[in-house]
Amino acid sequence: MSDKPKFAMYWAASCGGCEIAVLNTNEKILDVDANFDVVFWPVAMDAKYKDVEAMQDGSILLTLFNGGIRTDENEHIAKLLRQKSKILVAFGSCANEGCVPGLANLSDAREIVHTAFNTVSTDNPKQVYPMTSYDVPEGEICIPKILPTLKTLDQVVDVDYYMPGCPPESHQIAAVIDLVIQVLQGKAELPPKGSVIGAGNSTVCDECQRARNVKTITSFNRIFGQEIDPDLCLLEQGIPCNGVATRSGCNARCPTAGAQCIGCYGPAEGVVDYGARLVSAFASVIDAKEPDEIDRILDGIPDPAGQFYRFNLAGSLLRAGKSAWEKA
Amino acid sequence: MTQHGGTSPKLALSESKGEERIGVYVCHCGTNIAGVVDVQEVAEWAAAQLEHRGVVIGREYKFMCSSLGQELIEKDIKELELTRVVVAACSPHLHEHTFRTACKNAGLNPYLCELVSIREQVSWVHTDKAAATAKAKAVVSGGVERVIRHAPLEPLRVPIHPDTLVVGGGIAGIQSALEIADAGYHVYLVEREPSIGGHMAQFDKTFPTLDCSACILTPKMVQVGTHPNVTLLTWSEVEKVDGFVGNFTVTVRKKARKVIEDLCTGCGICQEKCPKKVIDDVYEAGLGYRKAVYTPFPQAVPKYPVMDVENCTYFEKGTCKACEKFCPTNAIDFKQQDEILTLQVGNIVLATGYDLFDARRVTNYGYGRLPNVFTSLEFERLSNAAGPTNGNIVLRDGKTTPKAVGIVHCVGSRDRNFNNYCSVICCMQGLKFAHLVHERTGAIVYNFYIDMRTAYKAYDEFYQRVLEEGTLFVRGKVAEITDVPRRPDEDGHLIVQVEDTLAGKQRRIPVDMVILSTGLQPRYDAKETAKRFGLSCSSDGWFIEKHPKLDPISTMTEGIYIAGCVQGPKDIPSSVAQGAAAAARVLGKIQQKEISIEPVRASVNQDQCSGCRICNNLCPYNAISFDEDRGVSLVNAALCQGCGTCVAACPAGAISGTAFSNDQILSQIEGLLLLNIDEPVTA
Repeated sequence: MSDKPKFAMYWAASCGGCEIAVLNTNEKILDVDANFDVVFWPVAMDAKYKDVEAMQDGSILLTLFNGGIRTDENEHIAKLLRQKSKILVAFGSCANEGCVPGLANLSDAREIVHTAFNTVSTDNPKQVYPMTSYDVPEGEICIPKILPTLKTLDQVVDVDYYMPGCPPESHQIAAVIDLVIQVLQGKAELPPKGSVIGAGNSTVCDECQRARNVKTITSFNRIFGQEIDPDLCLLEQGIPCNGVATRSGCNARCPTAGAQCIGCYGPAEGVVDYGARLVSAFASVIDAKEPDEIDRILDGIPDPAGQFYRFNLAGSLLRAGKSAWEKA
Repeated sequence: MTQHGGTSPKLALSESKGEERIGVYVCHCGTNIAGVVDVQEVAEWAAAQLEHRGVVIGREYKFMCSSLGQELIEKDIKELELTRVVVAACSPHLHEHTFRTACKNAGLNPYLCELVSIREQVSWVHTDKAAATAKAKAVVSGGVERVIRHAPLEPLRVPIHPDTLVVGGGIAGIQSALEIADAGYHVYLVEREPSIGGHMAQFDKTFPTLDCSACILTPKMVQVGTHPNVTLLTWSEVEKVDGFVGNFTVTVRKKARKVIEDLCTGCGICQEKCPKKVIDDVYEAGLGYRKAVYTPFPQAVPKYPVMDVENCTYFEKGTCKACEKFCPTNAIDFKQQDEILTLQVGNIVLATGYDLFDARRVTNYGYGRLPNVFTSLEFERLSNAAGPTNGNIVLRDGKTTPKAVGIVHCVGSRDRNFNNYCSVICCMQGLKFAHLVHERTGAIVYNFYIDMRTAYKAYDEFYQRVLEEGTLFVRGKVAEITDVPRRPDEDGHLIVQVEDTLAGKQRRIPVDMVILSTGLQPRYDAKETAKRFGLSCSSDGWFIEKHPKLDPISTMTEGIYIAGCVQGPKDIPSSVAQGAAAAARVLGKIQQKEISIEPVRASVNQDQCSGCRICNNLCPYNAISFDEDRGVSLVNAALCQGCGTCVAACPAGAISGTAFSNDQILSQIEGLLLLNIDEPVTA
């Protein structure tokens, strides 16, 4: 063991994209290795939980934690890493606000397991369901228990910094790594605790080059099946672009490429409930007076939960649907 | 970089400090609140359970709004050094001002007082006393959490422009304009028709006194027309209203009359010589003709005619110019263009009146299909001595005097198929018609009514008089008016099919003429007008007053008043009274010279605004502009009325409202949910 500061990265309920985004910083990853001693990073190296448990409290300088808290194992490691880390960063959308796994909060845990093991996608004639523990001749084997709802990291432990994105953009990760290294060298100071790092303070629109006018929407459309003006704001063209409510930091990649922003960078600074903001913003610019006409326009958004809460459901004011919430 | 947006509510609460000294005052409102809510328990609970949040005193009192109640608060502020006050009483609409003033009197900034409603939102809507008391506690707790986050505010003071805009030159608008002008202040009276006078100028007699309508109206019209303090803008329409109380900027389109007012003497030769006859749908209700250059009626004010370019032969074919040839003062100007005027005014009175219900919609009454079915306005013109028949009440053929006349009440009013409301004037109008028909033709008159509504001074006496004159009254809603006879005696007549609910049978009554006492409805463009002036309409389309009982003259937009039928159906005396009342309000405002306006305003955080422009089109007060150079939206604090529309719409959360910040609202919700108490006690 060297005397370099220690670094950890962990994935809870997530897809692995965050780790790829870290690796995608290319040669910057060498800076991590040069400046840190990587002590725990399941995707990249072998380590046991008991090794982490054996560490001194606060001995890890920086932990990037991605993924939401879906199982008791996730929760245990979140608490463990909190205890062992000086700086705990909620890394990526799942840890920040639940992300796509958080959409499962619309159903209770039993429904989720049922959907996974016994619906059209799974042929399960014997009705076999996973059990959390099972006795075998060698002893009892266990798998983690699923919790009633998926929680964001800060709903379980104290978080120092928030780094949004699904995944965080590699250039933002590189900038954060640079910053931490500069702090280690005494050339910079850490931002105040609770800050959002690796992102902007405004919204995606701020970085989007499309021209914007006063908005009036008479129908919501998909990006296929119509001619999209490459220079005009997508929302003005009826494409339900979430950029208006989404934190800046990604250089408006999706709208620039002609696809609507789906909101992976989460709420803008000061926004309490991302989806509610978007709903009221979209509703404000719908140009119709008759209830039937309004209904017709709204039917252009067939999946409101997916449109408005794709990334933010677990981190929203409501956090979960009623069936999941009641069991939480 | 600041605090993360997704911080959970519980966290936000624990960060706030209980450093304030808060007084909680619970009002009995007689038995209004105390009859349902245990007010003593609420006051004691607040003092005990919310002590850690800074509550130092909880009191209840029979009427907090009384002088004694207010003194109680003032005394506590001084003696207990309160820094915040929560009053749990009625809606802030009623007494917010009272309690803020009490705080101010005791040296506390008035905006550090929060009024929470435990009457409208608790005692009046619940019967379960225990549950209501528990809810009252929660409401108080919400108020406490909110008031902790209040900041002292100073009202904004703005000067008031002494000029006034009156829109609509009917009797309500005329009255309003005269009152203000007589008091020595300038008035712009805008009317979209060629002459002022409104509907009243079309009537022959007014109920119940049977004065000649023109005889009492025209002197007032002349007075307005010649008043040195009145600028009369007829044939003009308001296109745009910007600004706010004391400082409105109004854009008026003065439509081209094609007549130069400075030269015209009103001699009438142009009208006489104009060869083109046009059916007069407006003033004569389609019963008479006017020329293509015309004044609607002889006593029109102003005297200048207007040219109807859609029907003028010169504009149609390029030749004629008879009016120009004969005009002795060369006042005709075919090239005259619309003028756009910009007026600066401090207050606005809206008196845009009503439209007559379109009787064609009641197809079973046959109006438009059966020639001898008339609307009330048509009958007004028929009976008017200056009307198309010189006051002879005759059938559509122009010569036959009817021998039997049916007058149908409530046409289009009190009818679920059309308008639910009562049009107020139709009963008296129907009685007036009965009297006029009886007096001038001697015909048998039937009045078909549902209920006879003759409230107000001398109205019922008029009903008695018409009864005594021999008019026959049938109580029942007319089912149908038809010209298809079933019996020989019905041949050649209109038959009124009605259920006589007093006699308890169906009747078919043959008559020669039917007059539909058509109801009133909002102007066809009332909604656009409301939007232009930043007001709201009820679902019926009448403009909404600030308070239905205590302030039927003001609107929710300060500095804009309503008078006459624009607010709802009413008769002439009420319209005049409301016109005068609006004038009194305007004069009161002008006298103040400057006005303090609520400091509740929206503002845009320029760093967070990304210029998405969602908010740009939403502001009812046109207070939002877009700065193209910087790519951000801006709220003009002087124009903003603090309605919060943009605050709610801003997807970036970049707009916040003073006194309605996220922090204040969410804290109030946390308080309501009793998250500020470790172990919430539920009832």
